[in-house]
Amino acid sequence: MKVLMTEYLRIDLETENWECRVCEHEVGSARGNYKEGLLVYKRDPEDIHPSIIDPDKYKFTFCPDKDWVSIYEFYCPSCGTQMEVEYTFPGHEPLYDMEVDLDALKEQWSHREEILEPVTGPNVLVDRTHGHNH
Amino acid sequence: MNTKVNVDTEVQDQELIQKFLKDTTLFLGPDPEIMRDHSIMPRTEKEEECMDKYTDLNQISSIRDRLQSACEEGFEMVEQMGAAPGAKWGDIITGIYSASGDLTIGSAGGVLIFSALVHHPIKFIIKNWIEEKTVGVQEGDGFIHNDSRYGNVHNTDQSMILPVFHEGKLICWVASTVHEGENGAIEPGGMPSMAETSFDEGLKMSPFKVVEGYEIKRDILTFLQNSVREPKLQYEDMKVKLFACMRLEKRIKEVFATDGPDALTACLRYTNESVVTEVRRRISEWPDMTVRTQTIMDSTLRENALLKINLAVTKKGDRLIFDFSGTSPELTNRAINTQLPGMKGMVGQAFMNHIWPDLPRGQAGLSPVEFVTQEGTLVDCSYSAPNSQSLMSIFHSFTVAQHATAKFLYSCPDKYTRVLAPWHNMINTFIWGGVNQHGETLGNLCADLNGMGGGARMDRDGEHALSPIFATMADIGEQEMNEEEVPFLQLVSKKMTTNTQAAGKYRGGMGYTMIASTKDSDQWGFMTTTQGSKAPTIQGLFGGYAGGSYPMCRVSGIDVYDILLKNPEQFKHSIPEIMNEQPFENAIYHTQHMGLGFDISKRGELYMISQGSGGGYGDPLERDPTYIIMDIEEGLITADYAKKLYKVEFNEETLALDLEATEKLRADYRDQRKKQGVPYAEFVKKHVKDTPPADIPFYGSWNGDVDHVYAGSVDDKRDANNPGPIYVTHPKDVRIAELEAELDAVRQQAGIPSTDTRK
Repeated sequence: MKVLMTEYLRIDLETENWECRVCEHEVGSARGNYKEGLLVYKRDPEDIHPSIIDPDKYKFTFCPDKDWVSIYEFYCPSCGTQMEVEYTFPGHEPLYDMEVDLDALKEQWSHREEILEPVTGPNVLVDRTHGHNH
Repeated sequence: MNTKVNVDTEVQDQELIQKFLKDTTLFLGPDPEIMRDHSIMPRTEKEEECMDKYTDLNQISSIRDRLQSACEEGFEMVEQMGAAPGAKWGDIITGIYSASGDLTIGSAGGVLIFSALVHHPIKFIIKNWIEEKTVGVQEGDGFIHNDSRYGNVHNTDQSMILPVFHEGKLICWVASTVHEGENGAIEPGGMPSMAETSFDEGLKMSPFKVVEGYEIKRDILTFLQNSVREPKLQYEDMKVKLFACMRLEKRIKEVFATDGPDALTACLRYTNESVVTEVRRRISEWPDMTVRTQTIMDSTLRENALLKINLAVTKKGDRLIFDFSGTSPELTNRAINTQLPGMKGMVGQAFMNHIWPDLPRGQAGLSPVEFVTQEGTLVDCSYSAPNSQSLMSIFHSFTVAQHATAKFLYSCPDKYTRVLAPWHNMINTFIWGGVNQHGETLGNLCADLNGMGGGARMDRDGEHALSPIFATMADIGEQEMNEEEVPFLQLVSKKMTTNTQAAGKYRGGMGYTMIASTKDSDQWGFMTTTQGSKAPTIQGLFGGYAGGSYPMCRVSGIDVYDILLKNPEQFKHSIPEIMNEQPFENAIYHTQHMGLGFDISKRGELYMISQGSGGGYGDPLERDPTYIIMDIEEGLITADYAKKLYKVEFNEETLALDLEATEKLRADYRDQRKKQGVPYAEFVKKHVKDTPPADIPFYGSWNGDVDHVYAGSVDDKRDANNPGPIYVTHPKDVRIAELEAELDAVRQQAGIPSTDTRK
């Protein structure tokens, strides 16, 4: 049985591995930090949050200051999917963000049916039957 | 026999000592026994008796619905009649509390955290004033409160609390809370970032009686009016809250008439206990694991600095533990610290608004959750620390809670809401004050603080400027109505700020531009109290990005109203156009962080800010290209931005998509990622440092060591459990020192001796 843990990661309870949900790649042991099986890139904030006012004229430009924040991107080494992004302090270690108790997960899912597509939960739809239809 | 006599004597002695200590207490200060406990009170004998007597759940449910309706009615009254901007736009709440003081039902609209923190002052009243012969608690009494050290977010929020009696017996409590704004602090508007001690923060009201026989005591009222800049507002909103509470009392007494007071007591207790049981069941559904996250505070609102909010959430069985160890120590003379209940209340808000909104909005939802904090930190500050800008720490606490819980929720088979990327978490708005065009002294804020961009969900984009994180159904108000009372215009308002999107498979909801300019007063000013000008204040989720950074832009030395009259074509309607094209001659164009201290404005000068974007969800390369084109059509992003962030190919004139070329671009970019990314161990070796940046003041733990925290310098590492005081130098003193050093250097270079070398 496989458990969908994030948008791009699942855990195979039999092999005890993290897997990429996009390309099936085995990322690493589910008893450990999945990030250790990914590629990491330190992104220049200007690439993602471009200055909307002229950085030659102004100290603050709507672009984060790269001396004050680092953006770490984590990619699947097989398909290149960006699985996680972390905004952190420059020089800070990446966080071990999901430390799973695998034995407890196995026990929990031994009472559940496997789920192949993520459950989104209840939908909230606007009732337009009483509104303007033109 | 002798032994029994001895025991009896010892008990009597103990009671005597306790009575002596109680009678001779010199100061009933903030009470940690009340303030550090967020759980519901133990079931009382009376509650037990009532629950035995009333077991029909249909009757319980019917009473609960009536009480909920009463809360909605009270909410409407305050919203319709309240004078404070916060009241008009939904930054209010009404609630019903058990006889022991537990919040059981809050109004569906409004700021839940207000209500969720009022149980502390009610418990203070129960503990100290009921038996106190100089105070007492009688039918028709009302208590006022705003001091966060007795349970509140910050002292700009004022509560009115009424006990509800039946035939002389206290059955429950009702309360109404409003973000009033003005409170007589050193800056107008109620949230001074200039406060360096708690004595700079204005009116601090521990719970005291201000109403007797349902009438506001005029002598106390006059004192309160003299303590704030808006005396009329103080009176009007005290009356409004009192009458809302009286309406709640009326509805409760109708329940007494139909079902009896014991049925109501049973209903309140059943509701709280069943919520606790249900929350534990829902927690059990989550996977057992520890999730770690953090956010970056880039400002104290006085100066830029790096401060960490650190969170590890551990779920095991039906236990859920929020551990904030490693968070920055409190700053002794900066206002961004929060009392522990404020942090907890905001985490509770995250649950009630965004995770389990189907549960009754009360205190019980958070009751089973455990917290670990260190006293003397930003999220658990001392009673002496200033906290008028506690919103900063509180909002970050919300974000780390929201970010961490999303990672628990994804795998759950039963969900009660969509998995959600973090909301924008800062009140990017103008706080204002001075004398208005009608000669009235005012101090308050624009309701644009309620226009925060929503986080992207797991199956859809975030919604723009949707609501603040502290209230799901607040409003941003009508600017034109606001302008009838304040002497400034928002020349640009509610126009989305292009290219400030948090990218993702689903993008965050965006924020809008505000350009304000004073017009009809020589005594008017603005302040802003927001972090995030240098570093984003939130995180994205599962490969999505956060929003960018949001500074303040200003144009000084002009009168824009004169320009609009004579050369209207010069005026531009966006920050980039004004700042990049610099269309006004002889103007000074400048930027700064969003901690603008209260600044007296001149007619026609421009103050320009933007609300922020909620976080993005998922890999931007998976974003549906048609959504990207829609964003371009709506002016949210430009073609350049779309191509750069989303790797999409289209005709820039017709916006016709080339899906095949897009697929290729994206495949190529995935290959590029595989080339530019490096294995984890190699990355850590290259980029991770043993200490924080040396040239930026840093506060908090570094890497995984949560036992130690830095206190502004790599040379100042302290015990996280006892960090001690931290005094930050006044920014003007820092600047003077910098300028003196520059001056000395220039003098030396030019050979000009100092005019006075005496020490």
